[in-house]
Amino acid sequence: MPPVGPRSGDAIFANIERVNAELFTLTYGAIVRQLLTDLEEVEEVNKQLDQMGYNIGIRLIDEFLAKSNVSRCVDFKETAEVIAKVGFKMFLGVTASVTNWDADGTCCSIVLEDNPLVDFVELPDTCQGLYYCNILSGVVRGALEMVSMKTEISWIRDMLRGDDAFELQVKLLKQVPEEYPYKDDE
Amino acid sequence: MGREVSESCVDSLLTEMVSMYCNRLYANKPELAASRIDAIGYQVGHQLSERYTMERPRFTDHLDAIKFICKDFWSELFKKQIDNLKTNHRGTFVLQDNRFRWLSRMSLDPSPENGDVPQENSEAAAENKAAQVPNMHLHFSCGVIKGALHNLGIACAVSADTSHLPACSFVVRIKP
Repeated sequence: MPPVGPRSGDAIFANIERVNAELFTLTYGAIVRQLLTDLEEVEEVNKQLDQMGYNIGIRLIDEFLAKSNVSRCVDFKETAEVIAKVGFKMFLGVTASVTNWDADGTCCSIVLEDNPLVDFVELPDTCQGLYYCNILSGVVRGALEMVSMKTEISWIRDMLRGDDAFELQVKLLKQVPEEYPYKDDE
Repeated sequence: MGREVSESCVDSLLTEMVSMYCNRLYANKPELAASRIDAIGYQVGHQLSERYTMERPRFTDHLDAIKFICKDFWSELFKKQIDNLKTNHRGTFVLQDNRFRWLSRMSLDPSPENGDVPQENSEAAAENKAAQVPNMHLHFSCGVIKGALHNLGIACAVSADTSHLPACSFVVRIKP
């Protein structure tokens, strides 16, 4: 019998198949490096990283829902907490925190103090304007879109640019009502 | 044990990297896409073998270095060793992994005569494209091995043979 109720990020991470993080970190680094060579424009690299993340997010949400056993979140606040506490933990093995809520509860920051993507990474001066971790914001945006939340995500703080943490601002643009029943032919 | 991430992180990253190069950046130039994917693998292999050999004495010969790839290097990446190593003692080595992790989640059919004959050309084309994907993934794997060996001072060419799936054999030809 599967456990009833949501599982903690730690419990899921402990039971999930895991691999050496160096492989992940270095592979991502090699991809960014190759993109910088191939695309020349840093803006274009940011876009491709975001697109990669988005494509991953729209698929990863299924694994997340299947393994975390979370039920429907009552509001955007709860959703953000679940992403930070369960989502980041079960995939990257790190916990994030949620802060800086605006008054109407549609905009917040997800703060990461530890981020396996940037182990061993230092940005040279020629990479000004590069959002190295843009894949992460893409993942969150893609995953949220699959649960009917359109969001806009931007980087507020970036340790590779000298800040003391990574801060992702997540702004809820609109909640698309789910249409049911789904049509078979779409 | 060092830091770990979920296996799906690496799987998704590799899948997206291949799809980005093959479908978006170089959609009509598969050979360019392949060379970029190979280059990314090379970089990864090069850096990983640098890290994993930091505290080791120098390898005495080619076989010694290849054995390191089969045992320690493979174990770090896949938590298992290469299952079978063959050599002709003239610079060619065949490393076989009986269940290669990076292909084990892919549905592939190496023999085109299996299954239904596609009725339309578009279907045939789609099928062709599907067959390319695992090949593109293999460019990454071959690049990793090539980069790792190159970091150990061994210039070589690496190709992959997947005719006995889920086993995968990597053929390493050392350049004289």
